[in-house]
Amino acid sequence: MKTFYWLLKREFWEHRGGFLWAPVVTGSVFLVLNLMAIITAEVLGAKHGIEIGGNDVRMMLQHADRGDMAQIGSALDMAMISSMSLIGIVMGIVVLFYCLGALYDDRRDRSVLFWKSLPVSNTSTVLSKVTSAALVAPVIAVVASIACGLLQLVIYAVVLSFHGVNVWQLLTLAHPLQAIGSLLSNIPLYALWAMPAIGWLMLCSSGARTKPFLWAVAVPVVAGLLVTWFGIMGLFNLPPAWFWTHIVQRALLSVFPGSSLIFNDHDVTAMADMDGNNPLGLLAPSHTYGLLASPNLWLGVVAGAGLIAAAIWFRRVRDDG
Amino acid sequence: MNAVVTASSLTKRYKNALALDDVSFRIESGRIVGLIGPNGAGKTTALKAILGLTDFKGELNVLGFDPRTQRDRLMEQVCFIADVAVLPRWIRVSEAIDFVANVHPRFNRAKCEAFLARTKLKPNQRVKQMSKGMIVQLHLALVMAIDARLLVLDEPTLGLDILYRKQFYQSLLEDYFDENKTIIVTTHQVEEIEHILTDLMFIRDGKIVLDTDMDAVGERFAEVMVSADKADAARKMQPLDERQVFGKSIFLFDGADRSTLESMGEVRRPTVSDLFVATMKGTYA
Repeated sequence: MKTFYWLLKREFWEHRGGFLWAPVVTGSVFLVLNLMAIITAEVLGAKHGIEIGGNDVRMMLQHADRGDMAQIGSALDMAMISSMSLIGIVMGIVVLFYCLGALYDDRRDRSVLFWKSLPVSNTSTVLSKVTSAALVAPVIAVVASIACGLLQLVIYAVVLSFHGVNVWQLLTLAHPLQAIGSLLSNIPLYALWAMPAIGWLMLCSSGARTKPFLWAVAVPVVAGLLVTWFGIMGLFNLPPAWFWTHIVQRALLSVFPGSSLIFNDHDVTAMADMDGNNPLGLLAPSHTYGLLASPNLWLGVVAGAGLIAAAIWFRRVRDDG
Repeated sequence: MNAVVTASSLTKRYKNALALDDVSFRIESGRIVGLIGPNGAGKTTALKAILGLTDFKGELNVLGFDPRTQRDRLMEQVCFIADVAVLPRWIRVSEAIDFVANVHPRFNRAKCEAFLARTKLKPNQRVKQMSKGMIVQLHLALVMAIDARLLVLDEPTLGLDILYRKQFYQSLLEDYFDENKTIIVTTHQVEEIEHILTDLMFIRDGKIVLDTDMDAVGERFAEVMVSADKADAARKMQPLDERQVFGKSIFLFDGADRSTLESMGEVRRPTVSDLFVATMKGTYA
């Protein structure tokens, strides 16, 4: 257990830039751009003697009925979610490239010879990297997202309060706690959903003599083209697109948080329904945990486990270091 | 005596080359063994097999473990420095120490820090900011602080200047080696390790061509400087090698009669490098 903790720490040391700084910087840049936009608007407004938003919002709030209040709450929720989803995308990219390099970079620079000189089994090494991708990186990204989303909310509320709108009233319209809860609850789901992609990318990382990225992309894409051309899916009474959505996309893109929402067709329709009124509804555990009933998720987990086992085997036998 | 490494019929074939050809040997505890051979002779493959870094055919027992399947347990007893500067470039001195201290049960932190105190390395320094010599100092500090029974060194000082090279072997002898430890070392700088070796193994084309201890080298091999008039007589005794210096011939003999040799000229013990050159004659031809 102690060894495993230190292996995770080792991964964090090596990838501090991707795991910690990438989400922090993304969030900060997003907030700074927002602030600049607000300041520009305020300055322009003051110059031309126009009161932007402020009085209107105040009047609107005074005269708003319950439906309008909900709309304002949704708008604030959307603002919060937009910063969170940006960090999510960045994290997806970080995890993708982390997995591709995790078992390849140390073979390329020969430092694998140092790591293998320590009494650590190949299995724990590979599993520590899987855990870093599936849990450590998402947890850090979620914490950064929460901080960024809350700051975003506070910034809007404070700016509006300069125009005479009550901060607390605005904050009660938004649902920051629900957003935080939803994000946290999605971490375990992400880990399960991302398993086939993490497994496939790690297998390429561990097996490829050179260019793991090329292997990772070329193999599923070429397979997909062959399957489509020869209509192999027809043998199983499945449309050709099935292979692309269930194999190719799952193997490569499942590392992006929220990809489970996009891959499931009925979720997309649900999104269209909910978007306007309740943007957080899509992330709510009551909705997302429906995924646990989907064979797509569990078959992916099984495939991921198999791919990780293969990656461990390659880690042992590849001796080109 | 108990054997640290026992190999029998070790064979390893790469795609088109035989790296180890039915090799058998034994390495006893408390020895410093020099494994010496030309480039591509199979030295590194032999070491990789001992360390569980490669598959092979045949039997190999290292400290009672099979390195193919029990590498992680074997590594509690075995340390190795494979090649120069293989420490990860991103790691800091303090991180390297923390990590090894927490995953290696036989690591002695105080010993490591005492050794590093004698160098210019700073705890915050990253490997990528170090010279090659400094990286080796860090690696050696980590390895020497581990109470291992077998230390394997594969070209540990390649490309270092002579100050670092001397310091490396001196530290190893003074602060590390004792009768419970065994060291296997490969290098091309034979002259520098000649005086510290207790055993010598020559490997050529995947075969062990010489396996002896250093005392036996002096008894078995002899070098004689013969003046021109006796050179023909010496040649008839089938020397391993002949070379000319200042109009005299120097012959290298394997197991020739000592008194006959003394009658022909001045007899001395050959250096390991002369022995090596004579044994490996024609390797690259």
